[in-house]
Amino acid sequence: MKVRTRFCISILALATWLCLVPAPEVLAQGKNPYAGDAKMARLGEFEFRANCAFCHGLGARGGGRGPDLTRTPKKHGDSDAEIFSTINNGVSGTAMPPNGATQQGVGMTEEEVWQVVTYIRSVEKKPSTITGDLKHGRELFYGQAGCATCHMFSGKGGRLGPDLTAAGTARSTDYLVESLRKPSKRLAQGISEAMKEFSAEYETVNVVSGDGTKYQGTLLNEDSFTIQFIDTREQLHSFDKASLKAWQKSRESIMPAYDEKMLPEKDLQDLLAFLVSGGAGGAK
Amino acid sequence: MKIKMAAGISLALIFSSIAAAQVTTQRLLNAGQEPQNWMMYSGDYSGRRYSALQEINVENADKLAPKWVYQTMAGGKFETTPLVVDGIMYGTGQDDRAFALDARTGRPIWQYQRNLPGDIRPCCGRVNRGLAILGGKVFMGTLDSHVIALDAKTGNVVWDVASVDYTKGYSYTLAPLVIKNLVLVGISGGEYGIRGFIDAYDANTGERKWRFYTIPGPGEPGNETWEGESWKIGGAPAWITGTYDVETNTTFWTTGNPSPSNRGEGRAGDNLYSNSLLALDPDTGKLKWYFQFTQHDEHDYDATQVPVMVDEDGKKLILQANRNGFFYVIDRSNGKLIRAESYAKVSWSKEKDSIGRPTPAKESSPTPEGNKVCPGAAGATNWMSPTYDPQTKLFYVTAREQCDVFSTAPQPYDAGHAYYGSAYFPNDDAAPFYGALRAIDPASGKIKWEWKHPSPTWSGVLSTAGRLVFTGDAEGNFIVLEAASGKVLWHFQCGASVYSSPMTYAVDGKQYVAVAAGTALFTFGLP
Repeated sequence: MKVRTRFCISILALATWLCLVPAPEVLAQGKNPYAGDAKMARLGEFEFRANCAFCHGLGARGGGRGPDLTRTPKKHGDSDAEIFSTINNGVSGTAMPPNGATQQGVGMTEEEVWQVVTYIRSVEKKPSTITGDLKHGRELFYGQAGCATCHMFSGKGGRLGPDLTAAGTARSTDYLVESLRKPSKRLAQGISEAMKEFSAEYETVNVVSGDGTKYQGTLLNEDSFTIQFIDTREQLHSFDKASLKAWQKSRESIMPAYDEKMLPEKDLQDLLAFLVSGGAGGAK
Repeated sequence: MKIKMAAGISLALIFSSIAAAQVTTQRLLNAGQEPQNWMMYSGDYSGRRYSALQEINVENADKLAPKWVYQTMAGGKFETTPLVVDGIMYGTGQDDRAFALDARTGRPIWQYQRNLPGDIRPCCGRVNRGLAILGGKVFMGTLDSHVIALDAKTGNVVWDVASVDYTKGYSYTLAPLVIKNLVLVGISGGEYGIRGFIDAYDANTGERKWRFYTIPGPGEPGNETWEGESWKIGGAPAWITGTYDVETNTTFWTTGNPSPSNRGEGRAGDNLYSNSLLALDPDTGKLKWYFQFTQHDEHDYDATQVPVMVDEDGKKLILQANRNGFFYVIDRSNGKLIRAESYAKVSWSKEKDSIGRPTPAKESSPTPEGNKVCPGAAGATNWMSPTYDPQTKLFYVTAREQCDVFSTAPQPYDAGHAYYGSAYFPNDDAAPFYGALRAIDPASGKIKWEWKHPSPTWSGVLSTAGRLVFTGDAEGNFIVLEAASGKVLWHFQCGASVYSSPMTYAVDGKQYVAVAAGTALFTFGLP
């Protein structure tokens, strides 16, 4: 299979040369040689499953850590060449590693990266039409809905929950809706943050310290002997577990469930419109 | 004057140490009788990772303190179990480095860095688990599939032989095992559609004396357990160090998953000898018997856990806590299964066959959309060493409680490229994953006690006559527990995850415990 692929490429290169088209870097920086080729998309799916699906999920629909890639436009560049570059070079400041740098195998060849690009294109959906009112969504976020008490957006807001600046562009609408309506169903996994050796899942902690002070907050880190968390007043704490009168962690999110009563459908749509603006709507 | 004299004495000790550093076959056979030394991967041929040293014990373990730290200055997982012979420590680091240190101070004596090609194919990190030693040489398997001998005094290469073409996905990550005058190694590469094997090389010359293919070829018994030509790319690597029973002149090796790991279609049959225990004649490489733990595996349940030899009530046993979640007790004279009990959450098997062996449930096969199965792809345990303590008669193993979603899809074989037949994912369950150090009573298969880790852990376990067990965790702690009860006596934060199995040794009558964590080797002792 590989031989055939390379053969095709050399034919392509030869044809290019014969036509005297000045495109010496036809692969890495030029056009996708396989654009729209269903066979190549299928090969790309094999590579995707082996190299990408662990974070981005089956069918590129997003997983625990990686964004839903069926969405358009892509946050880090939406042309085939830009997607190629994202796969090959990774995205600095995020958990997305450069091709071949995961300590798993030797990474993908250029042809294989193009196959993956072709595969991703083949599963893309039309941009979701979110009809909500972005301006009202922003008002809700920073006002009445209380989101900003715990969530940062474009540098403004709280620190108890995940920063949501990138969440709207990285996550499917379904995921965002689920996170609002049923926040405890799947806790966030630090997706929008720079790579951490441990992933903050925003578990809830309740602690009674040695002097009897009670704290509630979200877990930042933990080992067998110590616990680190941020409390509801955004104070950082690190305790020896043995020094505590009591402590408890829970996967019941500290975030209230925004049901229809708290957030009617219309307001939900407005909030989504604000979230998917990815900061373009601005915190202002 | 006093200082000068002390210096003179320690110099004399160092010189006498080096002079005494010739390791003979006889010394290796009696490794347990010189507990100050750690002369092979698991401490001795039994694979028990148990030491008779007892200066550090339940009475004083809370006074342990760091003694020295050696930095490899290389990234990635640091998996070595160092050797110590007469005051000199020999270890390996990431990216195929090797080093010799003064075991009392950590000061380097020599370092070797292999110049690796850019296109090597380690599946799971540029790792190496350690060396073997005989005579004046240490032996190492490399990521570009060579076996090499280094001069133990200088680190200079004595011989270097290419074992197989690394570009097809082959590599060495294990610590070799020396038996008599042979250096035994097993190949890695179960993620690439290799054909696994175990090799033996002449320790003096590097000449290959035999090769045992872990997948039988046409005409050999077992080849019929593979569909069509699938045996050629069927995996079954042997990437963890074996053990050796001198009484019967048998060496025990374990093998890994069939390839592709998450897809059974195209390789119908039991797929011998993947995921098996092999009893080989070390002189010839001839198979005496085998026992297959997981038939026709579709969940990457490598059986590459050290097969531990234990003698109990006149019975000669092999104990193995398998990656598939079952604890097996096997008669090592004939390979007959005595008992298999789960020691972690298991959903891949619901029944046992006529010989008591857990068999795969049909519904646990990976599906195109994914199917949740326990244990997950990293297993209920993995390559990290367990230990058996003859004092408590308990078997201690690092268990991992993690289930995964296994999916499958057809995948063309492409030499040298990952060949999984799809992928696995952490499942979305609200129940978090965790790890545990579990003490199993081999007589019943029951868990006597456990120490829970906050997350699944990659540290092995050491037990000592000081009535202690030593282990580490993913959060960077090195932990000492009372062997009988599991009570934690002391812990130390190393600053990064432990991906190794601890060992212990003594120099000048003083006991040390060593463990690799992060990119550094830590040693501890009493003040």
